[in-house]
Amino acid sequence: MTIHARWMVAQIVLPDEKSDGRVLSGKLHPRGVNVTMADEPFIARGFHSRRQTAPASRLPPGQYETRDFPVLSAGPTPQTSLAEWDFRIEGLDGKSMRWSWTDILALPHETPTVDIHCVTKWSKFDTKWEGVSVDLLLDAARDAGVAEQPFIMAFSDGGYTTNLPRGDLTGGKAWIVFLYDDALLAPEHGGPVRLLVPHLYFWKSAKWLRGLRMMERDDPGFWEQLGYHDRGDPWREQRYQGDP
Amino acid sequence: MKWTVASVVEVRDETLRAKTLVLDVPDWPGHRAGQHVDVRLVAEDGYQAQRSYSIASPPESRQLELTVERIDDGEVSPYLCDVLHVGDGLEVRGPIGGYFVWDVRDAGPVLLVAGGSGIVPLMAMMRHRARADANLRALSEMSLLYSTRTLGDLFYLKEIERLVEEQHVRAAFTLTREKGDDRRGYHRRIDKAMLTDVGWPPSHMPRSYVCGPTPLVESVARTLVELGHDPSRVLTERFGPTG
Repeated sequence: MTIHARWMVAQIVLPDEKSDGRVLSGKLHPRGVNVTMADEPFIARGFHSRRQTAPASRLPPGQYETRDFPVLSAGPTPQTSLAEWDFRIEGLDGKSMRWSWTDILALPHETPTVDIHCVTKWSKFDTKWEGVSVDLLLDAARDAGVAEQPFIMAFSDGGYTTNLPRGDLTGGKAWIVFLYDDALLAPEHGGPVRLLVPHLYFWKSAKWLRGLRMMERDDPGFWEQLGYHDRGDPWREQRYQGDP
Repeated sequence: MKWTVASVVEVRDETLRAKTLVLDVPDWPGHRAGQHVDVRLVAEDGYQAQRSYSIASPPESRQLELTVERIDDGEVSPYLCDVLHVGDGLEVRGPIGGYFVWDVRDAGPVLLVAGGSGIVPLMAMMRHRARADANLRALSEMSLLYSTRTLGDLFYLKEIERLVEEQHVRAAFTLTREKGDDRRGYHRRIDKAMLTDVGWPPSHMPRSYVCGPTPLVESVARTLVELGHDPSRVLTERFGPTG
């Protein structure tokens, strides 16, 4: 059961106590008693909601809104010159399609404005990006003979990888982006090019992207091998392996 | 991964702005040095807030220790520092994170670079090494470079000094907002010369763990690569302000 649903259960089952939260918490969790009940939240004594600035419909469970743009990565920021940079879509059979930096820039641009959600709990609303639709790249690769597969591994400079079902990258839901807020994407935020898959936790939006590799099976990427969820849907709070 | 209600068994002041929470976690599965936990606070109206905190205690410790720095306009850290007290319950789940970790069996020299509260996961690594069997400990060498604004911002100072005396770690401090004689520690931002003095030569193939605010982590990681360190052996973890 998701946390969101748990909260709704508490509201529905105990409507009379809802106006008097003390009764609710006292009944469920007598002070000084250790309880681990998967279906009921533990009320933190003396904790009150403070930040109701973000509309609940935009904030997935367990997230808070930030106006900053925090940076997270596992190692040094790679330094790749644009002359060396390329983008590849690789098939199982060794067939691949390659774009240079100028090839990518020459493709039709889209300008998504989206909310992003990091597994470290921050969400940022209305981020403005410019890039190229992944649909367009995958279609071009298929037309060039790169056979489609059900799963895709995004791969990056520095060795980072992340796995996605093909369906999460198609249908207008994903882009490769090179501008953020009308400026070239800064290296610490994944420049020159990062993946943008805003409906999944942001680690799926691989920084320093160099390509997409077709996979028959859903092999885990970098964080996924280290215990993070294979899909990472923030609305289902799929943070770690074993989450629903 | 299941949420568990831990009990707060001790609260210690680390600095004027930071406290260590000592937790009894029922059925804690154990952790590796460098990992973190998620903490969840649920209010009576169902509102919830979650944050991640690094584990300060070593894997050998039965109790879990988190050191939390108070962010004044935050919502979770002021609760953990000012409201929570011994006897309270606290929801946690973990351990989380399997990359920024060090084990005493990982042979070779180790450089730890901390900025501010970024010392917490590195402290778990130092404590882990100090508690290890002497034969295992002999596989590694450990050096710490710790940057804070002022002397009063240093976490665990007495304990680190004791670890240095007992030769479990070499340590150097830099206080970026204090003036003074550099012979007793540095008084500037971490730079190439400092990393060369305190760190290991790239030819020794050290593993470097860098944890702190983003500008420090970006700068230190880039400098280590410029000095010739293998980027895949530079591991970073960033502490943005998490309220």
